[in-house]
Amino acid sequence: MSTSDNKETAQESTQVEAKPEDKPKENLPAFEKSLTDKIQKKFGDKTEIAYVKSNRTRVNVKKEDVVKAAQFIREMGFDHAESVSGVDYPESKEIEVVYHLGSYSDPTLAKQILALATRATREDDPKPGNDSTKLPSLRDVFYSVEFHERECFEMLGVFFEGHPDNRRLLLPEDWADIPPLRKDFGNKGR
Amino acid sequence: MSKQLTPKSSKKQSPESSKNLPPGLQLENVDDRIMTLNVGPQHPGSGHMRLIIKVDGDYIVNCDPDPGYVHRGEEKMAEYRNYITNIPHLERPVIHDSCNILYPYCLGIEELVGIEVPERAKYLRVIAAELNRCVYTQYWLAIYGIFLGHSTMFMWPAGDRELLIDLLEKMSGARVTHAYFVPGGIRNDVPANFEDVCLRQVNYFEKRIKEYAGIFYDNPILIARTKDTGVLSREDAIRLGTTGSVLRASGVDFDIRKKEPYDVYDELDVHSNVMKAGDSYARSKVPWLDMLESCNIIRQALEKMPKSGGVRTKLKPNPKGGDDEVYRRVESGRGSLGMHIVSDKKPQPYRLKISVGSFRNLIAMPYLLKGEKLGNMPAVYWSLNYWPVEADR
Repeated sequence: MSTSDNKETAQESTQVEAKPEDKPKENLPAFEKSLTDKIQKKFGDKTEIAYVKSNRTRVNVKKEDVVKAAQFIREMGFDHAESVSGVDYPESKEIEVVYHLGSYSDPTLAKQILALATRATREDDPKPGNDSTKLPSLRDVFYSVEFHERECFEMLGVFFEGHPDNRRLLLPEDWADIPPLRKDFGNKGR
Repeated sequence: MSKQLTPKSSKKQSPESSKNLPPGLQLENVDDRIMTLNVGPQHPGSGHMRLIIKVDGDYIVNCDPDPGYVHRGEEKMAEYRNYITNIPHLERPVIHDSCNILYPYCLGIEELVGIEVPERAKYLRVIAAELNRCVYTQYWLAIYGIFLGHSTMFMWPAGDRELLIDLLEKMSGARVTHAYFVPGGIRNDVPANFEDVCLRQVNYFEKRIKEYAGIFYDNPILIARTKDTGVLSREDAIRLGTTGSVLRASGVDFDIRKKEPYDVYDELDVHSNVMKAGDSYARSKVPWLDMLESCNIIRQALEKMPKSGGVRTKLKPNPKGGDDEVYRRVESGRGSLGMHIVSDKKPQPYRLKISVGSFRNLIAMPYLLKGEKLGNMPAVYWSLNYWPVEADR
């Protein structure tokens, strides 16, 4: 993918997150809306509800508030992380980490996946673990994110502060290139 | 004398040499009592992964799983190919269960692009997914048997698996890597006499796997080796975020086919199998019960399926999604299999994250192995229904 493509992507993605607030909130699924309302009531302007769809909701928070938001979400009944995906946005110089949280213990939440997203600053010349690309770890809140965060650290170079074991997981120990899931890591022949 | 010297010299060396090491790596001091063992990556008992095990006598005191020997960068590759050309390579992480790994991908693309799947295709998808789940579980059961020293348990599932592989070959044309699911339905309809053949073989298959109880699950040797080893309590299973048979063996009734039905699972009577013990025996039995349940689901689907009709909604060339993201999950042979697809109005996904059951259950491995005897390692390891290639992606 060329750099001009990346430019467009990053601009578009920032626009999308601003959209849902402008939209009139009609036809939203009621139960999902009640979940996001609870979060918004507690945190107010600190959170941004990105979307409310059937069985899927997404909340964007700043990295200072992510631990408190996660603790609140855990109190709501979400008890484990299904997936943690890191998404690289080179043009806005940010890396987004999305936690997909689900619930085993509360049957009313069984269908729901709540995505909690936060963003870390991105360095053009990454030194994983030693630069400003850092986020607080959610491992103390959701134990199940431990390996997911380790994967995110090696694949995108996001260092999780407070994580007990920030080590390589899938990549070889002698990997000396930039984190491979960053957009500027080229795929040979493509 | 030499015993005194060794720790001293290693103490002096380690702080200096550790300065030159990349972050995350550390040298350890030589200790006489604790021995470090590398189980894998070539060891047949570990699959393509390494377990760094520390033993004190016969007891495991620490276990550090080191996956990644079959990491192929599926997620990175997907960013360079369009939604259709991604299909054949995305099933590679688990070729025995290729229908189930493509399922969330197809559901996700259908949601992104906004197309409907014909009714007959939905039923055929369920049949293919259930057949594939049995094919995978039979393969896993064969390996589980041989690593507990039960050669017959290797031969029987490996042989009976062929019945279902023949059916899948009739459906898709390929024995293992089917690439049968496409966004919008399935690739092609089944041959004319498929339903009769399918019903006959599935009934015979069910009769065969019921016989496994006699040689394997009621076998006193298996019970002695797996009962009360590697016990995972209900609370810990939830806290560790395990999924699939590991979760259900610990008493949590969570099957995505039932909790969040996709395609036509809500029209079928699906029973999820739960055991309360949480030990290796329960974890080895739940997938077998799932296979019996799969036979029920296939029979129901064959009965309810529309006898004719289209099987594929054609997509426009180079389908694109909006500025959107989806997260869809299905119940695979190893538990929840989710895909997070981020779209940016291009024919390729901007980001594709595959969250697989094997990777999620990996966190339970060090937890369960600590304090176990080394001899119990294969019984606990294989009971986790772990497929290294899928976990590495």
